[in-house]
Amino acid sequence: MSTVIKGGLVIDQTGERTADVVVDDGRIVAVGPDLSGDQVLDASGCVVSPGFVDLHTHLRQPGAEEAETIETGGWAAVRGGFSAVVAMPNTNPAIDCAAVVQEVLLLGSQAPCDVYTSGAITVGRKGEQLAPMAEMAGLGVRLFTDDGNGVQDAGLMRRAMEYAAGLGVVLAQHCEVDSLAAGGQMHEGEWSSLLGIPGVPAEAEELMVMRDIALSRFTGAPVHFQHLSTGGSIAMVRAAREAGLAVTAEVATHHFTLTDEACASYNPVFKVNPPLRPADDREAVREGLADGAVDAIATDHAPHSPDAKEMPFDQAPPGMLGLETALALALTELNLPIAEVVGLLSWRPAAIAGLNGTHGGPIAPDAPANLCVFDPDEEWTVDPDDLASRSRNTPYAGRRVRGRVRHTVVGSRPVVVDREMRP
Amino acid sequence: MKHLLSINDLGAEGIDEVCRLADHFTEVSQRPIPKVPALRGKTVAMLFYEDSTRTRLSFEVAARRLSADVMGFGVSSSSVNKGESVRDTVNTISAMGPDALVVRHRSAGVPHQVAGWTNASVINAGDGWHEHPTQALLDCYTIRDRLGSVAGRRIVIVGDIKHSRVARSCVMAFTAQGAKVTLVAPPTLLPPALDSWPVDISFSLDAVLSDCDVVYGLRVQMERQSEALLPSLREYTARWGLTAARAARMNPGALVMHPGPVNRGVEIAPEVLDRPNATLNEQVRHGVAVRMAILYLLLGADPQPRPERDQA
Repeated sequence: MSTVIKGGLVIDQTGERTADVVVDDGRIVAVGPDLSGDQVLDASGCVVSPGFVDLHTHLRQPGAEEAETIETGGWAAVRGGFSAVVAMPNTNPAIDCAAVVQEVLLLGSQAPCDVYTSGAITVGRKGEQLAPMAEMAGLGVRLFTDDGNGVQDAGLMRRAMEYAAGLGVVLAQHCEVDSLAAGGQMHEGEWSSLLGIPGVPAEAEELMVMRDIALSRFTGAPVHFQHLSTGGSIAMVRAAREAGLAVTAEVATHHFTLTDEACASYNPVFKVNPPLRPADDREAVREGLADGAVDAIATDHAPHSPDAKEMPFDQAPPGMLGLETALALALTELNLPIAEVVGLLSWRPAAIAGLNGTHGGPIAPDAPANLCVFDPDEEWTVDPDDLASRSRNTPYAGRRVRGRVRHTVVGSRPVVVDREMRP
Repeated sequence: MKHLLSINDLGAEGIDEVCRLADHFTEVSQRPIPKVPALRGKTVAMLFYEDSTRTRLSFEVAARRLSADVMGFGVSSSSVNKGESVRDTVNTISAMGPDALVVRHRSAGVPHQVAGWTNASVINAGDGWHEHPTQALLDCYTIRDRLGSVAGRRIVIVGDIKHSRVARSCVMAFTAQGAKVTLVAPPTLLPPALDSWPVDISFSLDAVLSDCDVVYGLRVQMERQSEALLPSLREYTARWGLTAARAARMNPGALVMHPGPVNRGVEIAPEVLDRPNATLNEQVRHGVAVRMAILYLLLGADPQPRPERDQA
């Protein structure tokens, strides 16, 4: 059964034009004026873009199904306009071998979006022994990270980069030097001092960014920096790119939206790793997105059960929801042209994840039909009880935002229609 | 005022009011029967998640002298040992209808969280490194009692400022009352980014000792050595300890204060503690009157029904 998306402004990496889009049997059939199909999705006043790609999603399965499952996380993704997510490997057990990769991909095949997974760099994400990356790459894994932990040992990271380069896969780093960050629960600075909460200095992130840029220069291997949060990190990545190194970077929505002052509420919903930083860093993150130093917006969607987020601040786990609010926050907070926001959410992360050709456009006949239709002007209020995620730990409850996903199409199937999930 | 979570909840005028009430309750405490019916029928629950001798006893005595009923709660003898969350414990205790919860926890911010989960008044009895407001109030009261006022006094706080909830509350309380506060510690025991704090900083006790009205010592814990914050306690004492020799260089009449418990011979020499200008026992005594004042302020003066709090 064909579907026509009518009357929208089509935006992809080739430009923008008003056109109808017909999809059927997994593919885009036609793009042009006055098209018809078996069912109609109204897109008047809306943007029709490639479906978004999240480089950084915690789906929590296997191991923490009380917080999220691959299915519920998948619904959160498509409600946020994402047609593809890359699952992080800090599950229990960790995604560090073919068996767990296969389990995640099998569960992912039932999810409403396309589920890809990263693999761990080291066994158990312990930073001691290389995980079987070739075995996982053979199953399609393209991004490797110990996310949640940075690889502390420089010698091990060097070998991991060399080995990964031989497989044609990319290493992604959660940059955090443990010996500086140890015990820290929020950004170390004026607010942590006032609140009496142990801090994580910006330098805990920046030292590892510095080290891995040096290792990339040394080995020639590409490195992707995850959820950068400080001005120093952004500046180093910008300089490394200008020097021609194979360095890419993502930032998380909360790091261009919130600051460490939010922790003054002692509400652990504002606890995240890397932590919320001061306004200067938030500004640097925004500048990095505007000038191209940063490639992609990632959600770092990190569901936690209500019980976990009612613990004392220093005992609660870090992380916040992000999939269902990412587009709106980018449109509301960044002051960038819509096409740039779409690029930061779709074709640019798709390229890093090795998904171009499948996700991220272009919107043209015969391309895979993974699409997002959103109203860039609709204002709405974030309501934790109106989220598809199994968890409720959004830091944006009650926040007025602009820009809302209306329909999401994955493999030509409309999985979200007028914001309603279509199982 | 509904809760006492931070000294900032009181401000300068609030501190004055507490001290005025404490004067009255000091007089009460000196009566043959040191008890008034001000809070008869009220219930004060103690939620102490961390060991405490003086603060807990002081609150209990204060509540009883006001004729309030006291619900005790010790972590070691409760279902917290069975893994009950703070919220569930607060819900359970709240269901018994206490009027105030006195909360101590090793994590900063727990009293703030508890205040969102109960209809009772919440009193912060010490949360992590954050605040210990009733300690700062009894210290203000002690300084007023000894020196006449806090305003204009030069107060040196020396020791492990970084990990001290007493230091944070005292800085706010003393400066709100118009004192000039100098923090003295090795840089490793100072919090980061102090530019916005209304204090002077010194790394040398000797440099500020002869020019102050109060030396307020803080406890230094053994584990600071293993965290690479101090080479040794011996070195700490040599440079930042209030030794007899240093005490001899203080102004006559200048006070030696400490929130207790003291590591004798580490932050303050034993013979200094025994001098008449050391106020440690007075601080404890004043603690009862000040806590009576706080309980009265939160529970006694407000006859109207308490509004329902948003449980979100």
